[in-house]
Amino acid sequence: MKFLCLECDEQMRFEERSVPGDGTFGAAFACPGCGRSIAMLANPMETQLVESLGVRIGGRTLDQQPLEAVRGSLVGRDDAFQDAAPVGGLEWSPEAQDRLARVPNFVRGMVKRLYAEYARERQILKVTPEVMDRARTDLGLEGM
Amino acid sequence: MKYRGYSEVTGSDVSGLGEQVGRQRERVRARLALVGRVLAVMSGKGGVGKTYVSTGLARGLARRGLRVGLLDADLAAPTAARLLGARGPLRVDELEVHPAIGQDGVLVFSSDLLLDEGAPLRWRGPEGDRFVWRGIREAGALREFISDVAWGELDALVVDLPPGTDRLADLADLAGNRPEVVAVTIPSEESRRAVARAVRAALDAGLAVRGIVENMSGYACPCCATVYPMFRGNAGTALAEEFGVRLLASFPFTPVEDEADACPPRVDLADLLREAVA
Repeated sequence: MKFLCLECDEQMRFEERSVPGDGTFGAAFACPGCGRSIAMLANPMETQLVESLGVRIGGRTLDQQPLEAVRGSLVGRDDAFQDAAPVGGLEWSPEAQDRLARVPNFVRGMVKRLYAEYARERQILKVTPEVMDRARTDLGLEGM
Repeated sequence: MKYRGYSEVTGSDVSGLGEQVGRQRERVRARLALVGRVLAVMSGKGGVGKTYVSTGLARGLARRGLRVGLLDADLAAPTAARLLGARGPLRVDELEVHPAIGQDGVLVFSSDLLLDEGAPLRWRGPEGDRFVWRGIREAGALREFISDVAWGELDALVVDLPPGTDRLADLADLAGNRPEVVAVTIPSEESRRAVARAVRAALDAGLAVRGIVENMSGYACPCCATVYPMFRGNAGTALAEEFGVRLLASFPFTPVEDEADACPPRVDLADLLREAVA
């Protein structure tokens, strides 16, 4: 998918993705020529269609996780997985740990690994709810 | 208003959705490169004993010392894991999910290991539009069951398909012409008609059909072993003739005392299906 600024005949740059929380999805693009910004908004059904393909609009910054699409969308049992996810060398604030504890077991290990990788890639030493919020937006972890 | 088309705008497509899908397919290819044979057990009809044949075939091959996996592709009504005595939880590491281990060392992956007891298959997503995206979700699940499971090097991966032909088409899309099809029927004319459509679909998808298995060709009395008729018809023979393939096996319904005997060693399906697995 590419966006073209008709005024400047320039390809617009991807700026950021956003997940307003109502099942919709937004991706912002800006023209490098005139600076004009636009947001592409997908309704919940369109968002779901794209997610069902196991792909990410805006591209992937992290590798696909094992059974990512299934774990992100199947209503499954809490004890289905035993995560061997050593996430060492990273501090988790008590608030971040509380928040992680509220994630269903079915996906908790995978979500924790995603947050940890996100933090490591950005040299973040401590995971806080604010970091988790940024990661949710950047990585499209809505619904997890 | 006139403006440039997609290919004329030469900057990179930051989403790269096509490349992301391409990488998914590459993961499937890489996983299947370690698998000797992909044996797809299917039927156009439900209730003919596909899972009985799949699990019996897998166990029979494993008892011969082969490395065997069983992928339960019946996402909504999974039974293979239970028949093989495979249990979770499933171990997950950074790269893959490790399959459960069933009887005779058969590696097993099934949605049964992911769902709550008695719970139906259910996906999160917007209500009211499920018919639009559910099929894509399920094809994606089959893809991940192949690509993200640590099957390792296998001599055979047996795929237990649900009734109908949709999942077979998904498998063919994902695995190319790798799957070799074994079609299961019961003797009745209704089954013959349904299985004929499924075999035709497999051939149209470019898959090799190794042959037909006729299940419940009669009823074997547990007392005297006499085989009595059970269904009218000769679907196994008729399908083999119609498609020019082998009738690989034909066996009667044999009552068992408990579920653990559902694939009893006395019926070695790998041996019965030797034409298909040779």
